[in-house]
This record gives sequence, C-alpha cells and structure tokens, in this order.
Amino acid sequence: MMPRINSPDELERVRQEILSQRDLNKPCISVCAGTGCLASGASEVIAAFEAEIEKQGLKTDVTTKGTGCPGFCERGPVVVIYPEEICYLQVKPEDIPEIVSHTIRQKKVMDRLLYVDPTTGEMATHESDIPFYRNQVRNIIGNNIKIDPKSIDDYLALGGYSALAKVLSRMTSEQVLEEVKKSNLRGRGGGGFPTGRKWEQSRNAPNEIKYVIVNADEGDPGAFMDRAILEGNPHSILEGLIIGGYAIGSHEGFIYVRQEYPLAVENVIIAIKQAEAYGFLGKNILGSGFDFTVKVHRGAGAFVSGESSALMTALEGRVGEPRPKYIHTAVKGVWDRPSVLNNVETWANVPLIINKGADWFAQFGTKGSKGTKIFSLVGKINNTGLVEVPMGITLRDIIYKVGGGIPRGKRFKAVQTGGPSGGCIPEERLDMKVDFDELTKAGSMMGSGGMIVMDEDTCMVDVARYFLDFLSDESCGKCVPCREGIRQMFKILSNIGKGKGREGDIELLEELSETAREASLCALGKSAPNPVLSTIQYFRNEYEAHIREKRCPAYSCKEMISYYIDPQKCQACMICLRKCPAEAIGGGKDHIHIIDQEKCTKCGTCFEVCPPRFGAVKRISGEPVPPPIPEEKRIIVRESKKDEGNPFTD
Amino acid sequence: MAGKKKAKRAAMDHDKIDQIIVKYQGDPNSLIQILLEIQREKHWLSKEALETVSKRLQVPLSRIQHIVTFYKAFSLVPKGRHEIHICMGTACHVRGAPRVLDTVQDLIGIEPGETDMDLKFSLETVNCLGCCALGPVMEVDGKHHGKVAPAEIEGVLKKYD
Repeated sequence: MMPRINSPDELERVRQEILSQRDLNKPCISVCAGTGCLASGASEVIAAFEAEIEKQGLKTDVTTKGTGCPGFCERGPVVVIYPEEICYLQVKPEDIPEIVSHTIRQKKVMDRLLYVDPTTGEMATHESDIPFYRNQVRNIIGNNIKIDPKSIDDYLALGGYSALAKVLSRMTSEQVLEEVKKSNLRGRGGGGFPTGRKWEQSRNAPNEIKYVIVNADEGDPGAFMDRAILEGNPHSILEGLIIGGYAIGSHEGFIYVRQEYPLAVENVIIAIKQAEAYGFLGKNILGSGFDFTVKVHRGAGAFVSGESSALMTALEGRVGEPRPKYIHTAVKGVWDRPSVLNNVETWANVPLIINKGADWFAQFGTKGSKGTKIFSLVGKINNTGLVEVPMGITLRDIIYKVGGGIPRGKRFKAVQTGGPSGGCIPEERLDMKVDFDELTKAGSMMGSGGMIVMDEDTCMVDVARYFLDFLSDESCGKCVPCREGIRQMFKILSNIGKGKGREGDIELLEELSETAREASLCALGKSAPNPVLSTIQYFRNEYEAHIREKRCPAYSCKEMISYYIDPQKCQACMICLRKCPAEAIGGGKDHIHIIDQEKCTKCGTCFEVCPPRFGAVKRISGEPVPPPIPEEKRIIVRESKKDEGNPFTD
Repeated sequence: MAGKKKAKRAAMDHDKIDQIIVKYQGDPNSLIQILLEIQREKHWLSKEALETVSKRLQVPLSRIQHIVTFYKAFSLVPKGRHEIHICMGTACHVRGAPRVLDTVQDLIGIEPGETDMDLKFSLETVNCLGCCALGPVMEVDGKHHGKVAPAEIEGVLKKYD
C-alpha cells in the first residue's frame, strides 16, 4: 500500500520511483479492454496471453495489461505490443501462441494481423501508420492504450496529477480560472457554453458550500466517447474535477454516471479509492490545505436526467425532471447551492490546459471553438469508432480520411450529428467546417459528439421518426408542447412511413415544431424538432415521394416495399429459400423461387443472401409486384445436365 | 410448507434490503442508489421491498412510486431467467436493429417490456449499449452478440433454457 503523498515534491519522487522500476525495453502487451473490444472477445485474448506467457516461461520478462479504448472498435480486439508499438487488429485467442513465439521472442512482425489499407494495399505496422489514427489529433484519447485504468501508477508514470500539483502549489484559484477562461474551452456535452464563464458564475455566487459535478450520463444513442474516457482514463477526469473544485472554491464533487455503463462505474470507483489512498482526495491535498471529496451517483436510466437541472434534482435523490432556469444552476443548483456541471470530456481537457497552457490549447480549432473534439463515428462507415480531431476539420475529412468512407461501395447520403437533438447534414454540405457555430448554422448541433453516417439505404423519414420515437419516450411530460407535440409529430411521421401520409403533413410538422421549440422548458423539447426540420430542409423530396407516390426511395419503410425474385435471374440455388425465417419462399432445386407476398415479413434476408453474381432478389416500392410466372416456366434446365440427360441429341 | 418457505424468503429479502440501506447510512438522498442495488440483487422491486425502503428511509411511498416508474432501470414485475436486450441506438437502427427486434418478437412471442409465461425470457429494448461498431447488437444475460443477422437469431436463443 502506497503511503499518502504530502507535497508536490514527494509526488515527483514517487513518480521517479515508478519510472525507475519500469524498464522501457521490457515487452508489454496492451490489449484494449473497453466495452467494444470486450464484446468482440478481448477478455479471452488477455487470458490467452497470460496463459501462453506462463507456458513459454516468460512471466517475468513480459507484462500484459488490459487498457482503455483507443477508439478503433471496428477492428477489435486491438493489441499493441511495446516497446516496438506493433499494432495487431482483430486478434483471436488462437493467434496468441504465434504472437508470443514470433513477435515477443523473435521480434518478428506478423503481417496477417496488421492493418492493410484497402485502397493502397499497404500494411501498417504501428498505430500511427494507420490512416484512421494518422489523421487524428489525439490529445485526450491517445493515452488510453497506454494506461491500465485500474492502475493509478500508470497514470502517474505519464505525468498524472502534475497539473493538480502545479495548481495547488504555484497558482491561486483566480489564476486557474483565468487560464481556463483564456483557453476558451467550451462545454463538450452539447451546449457549448464557455466553461470559464460557468466557473466564474459559481465562484462569485455568495453561498459558502459549492459543488462540482461530472456529467457522465451519456444518453445520446450512438455516442460513447465519454464512456471510453471514463473506462479508460478515469484519473484524468478526477484530476480535472479537483482542479475545478479548487478554482471555484468547492470541496465536494459528484460523478453522475449512467448505470448502463457498469465498467465505467467500476473503474471510476477504483480510481477514487486510489486517489484517496495517495492523498489526491481528502483533507489537505498535497499539503496545500485544500480539502476535496468525490461521490459517485449512478443514473437509473432516463435520458432527460442528463439535462443540467434534471441531473441535479436526481442527485438529491428525487425524480430527475428539469426545472425552469431563470437562475443558472451555476448559482442555484444541487440543494440550491452553486453547482458547476461539466461533461466528462470537458473535465478531461482541464489538466491539459493547466499543464500545457491556454495558448497551447487554443492553437487547435477555429475562432469560436478551440481544442479537439472526440466524435463517435458510427453507422454506415468503414472505420467505426472514436475519433479525436481538431475543431474546424471538414466533415468530408472525418468521413473519408479518418472514417475510410462508406462500406460496400454504397453512396453517402447524410450524416446525423448532435444526437436526438441534432440534425442530418447532406452531401452538398460535406465541406463544412465542424465546430459549435457552423453545425448550429446548418440546422444541426455539436451535441456530445455522435456522428451517425447514413448511406443510400437509410430512409430520412424513418430517421426522423426514429428520433421522435426516442424523444417521445424520454420526454418527462412536464411541458405540453413537448409531451403532446412530439407524440403527434411521431404519429404523423409513422403514418407517412406506412404509406398513409397526406398532403399538408409536412406543413403540419413544421407548425408543431415551431410550438415545441418556442414553448418547452428544457433543451429536450426545444431541440426535439431538429431531426424533423433538418430532414425536411434537405430531403423534402423523400417526404414527398412517401406522401404522393407511396414510395420509399431508400427501400427501407416496410409497409411500402416488397421483395420480388426476378425469374430471369434466379438460378434456383436454394440459398434464400433455406434462409428465409418466414418460410415464405417457394420453389426447389432447379425450380425458380417465388416469394409468397402474404407470408413475407419483409425482413430482407433473401435480398442479402442472394449471391451478387445472380442479383435475383429485387426490392420494389411504389409499384405493384409482378404476378408470379406460370408453373410450367419455373423449371430450369441446365446446359450441362441437358447433355448428360439426353445422350442421343447429337 | 409453501407458506413457510415464502416467509423464509421474505425474511431473507428483508435482511438483504437492510444491509443495502445500512451501506448508504439510511440516507434518503441515496434513495435512487438504494433502489438500484435492490433491483440489481433481485432483478425486480416487489411491493414489500418498496414498503420496507419507504419505512426505513422515512420517504413517502408515493415518491418512491414516482421514481421507480420514471426510470427505466426499475422493474415492478418479476423478470425471466434470461434477459434479452436489443440495442435500438441510432447506429444499430441504421444497420437493421428493427428487423432484429421483429425476429426476436416473432420467435419468443413477447413484446419489449414483457416476460414470457414460463419466465424464461424477458425482452427489453435499450437506447445504446455503446458498442456501435458491432451493430446491430443483441445482448443476452450480459453477453453481446454483434452484427446479428435475423436468420441466425433462432440458433442463438436455442442455447438458453
């Protein structure tokens, strides 16, 4: 057990001690143990490494550790081998014996586990050679793969808690505040409110007791960057939070984390215990006289509770519903005391700003949005995962340079940013610079950083319907325009998707949107119309096709499409017939297959399994299905069999 | 016999709930945390459990009712032996989650939020499990099944009894 560290000098001594015990040339196998890689089998890979290293008698020579998420979830489990920094992707337990004997023992690189650039065919040995990583600026998430999140020593070895030591020994709380203000850091949770200004409001509020809070109630579907930092580098958030506490004069912090993230909860609790043992939390931190404690509060599953005032009500042990904010929560928050609430990523930026300075931070980004931002790039994209890029990068660069474009040669249609409150941005705006203000101008928003890429198969009416379904479920019901307005909009959109759309529906949606936007209390209701309005703005023709022609141009709305097997192309190969879960396909060997439209559940399995060289299964929308061909024409007589079957034709 | 067993189980529940409340020093501000722990332990919240919490923390039952019906994590009915979660996050949605859900519903014959008659499966939808790279995702008893195709679901569910 490490004794308490009582001064900044002692911290440096401890750090040197940790570093001196670490041999940088000693092989270290880092396996991503984030939720994404764990789901792809990372824990089996770690266990296999440990067993194999033991078996080959290398236990004292090699370190194995599970680390935080480096972001390349698409190719998980990700393994990085130090000191050479060889990066292996999609590693399976059966690869392990070879990795240990080849790469660890003989220092040979195994080509088959490397990243291969799909366009150039070049292999990338190191993480930094992979285009996905090369085009990012990884100030925050870059450390994840180097740290075992359950080890405070790993964080200290990378200079952890030096910003806290600097603040407590050499800076006044005013100076800390000024530095953060100067950096122009804006809230990463969605609103983009200047962090320094929020801190200042709380600092100046008269109440003696103040709170600082980490908002880790990451509720946006399709967004998981906060989880990756919490799971992967929890001490960086704690350090930021303690510094924030010092700056505003608060001695108590909360981390509000959703219970759907069990690993994040676990790692944060471990981190707090370690920080307490080392003396970074508790009384008289590093001998400075400053006291600070942190509590973890698990959210019980309500999207609206991520809203600042709702989250604070939930912290008090009550139902997390928003309240009017005539007085900012920075002045009157938890138990009516000044409370600074910042998002996970915002807090993680604070130690960097303190250590490297506001000017360093402000060199990244645009005029109004400084620094980097982590996006979760998901949906119809080749390199799904977390990407950290400087503000001001274009959408095109994110999607094509980092994300590697759209899979299976499909056409890009739109990218949805900002979660359920955001909007869809079409292809013609891809060269837009990504920052808080530009996204808002385009009718979307930064939000917490979800970026969902959609291709030609995604129906924009369905996307709008999807978000309103989500929001009507998550609306707390306090304000009528939000509760009833969203429900009505959802109904209209559902009807359009079912082919029951009517003239005037689009105008009605716009009218309801206006009311919800003007007359709801919190951001949920105010921004709920965004998915509808942005899709109407950019994809009005899709709405009109649904309403007027009863046609879904993306072949996605079930009620408007049919599957049909082209008898000219069907080779009666039995694949679709066997795979159809509804047993709706008739036919047999050498007997052209026909879909029974009555039985068909439109699951699309036949369309996907039909071999591309046949391409016999067609999707039809807005026109009737051709009648099945007569029975006698369904027999296929194959050329080869014709000869065998009739030897006398010559 | 059955009555005795039931009484014994009720007493055990009581002890467990007491332990959880003690862990949080009986603090009414920790009400949600206490309910979450009971939910995790028992997989549902019985009326008796809620009454015990109400009495111990001196919080009106109506407020507890408000909380347990507001948050998704709580269930007021017993759950099946196996819990199926279908991720309906945006990334999974655009990759075909609705079709996965339809197929599961057809196979086990219940809607999201329901439990089947023999308490085998409970079906829930969730808004994002955060493994978007693997979408569409189906989670059964905490195990993730990534990139699931409707045709392979029957095979997965067959393994559970």
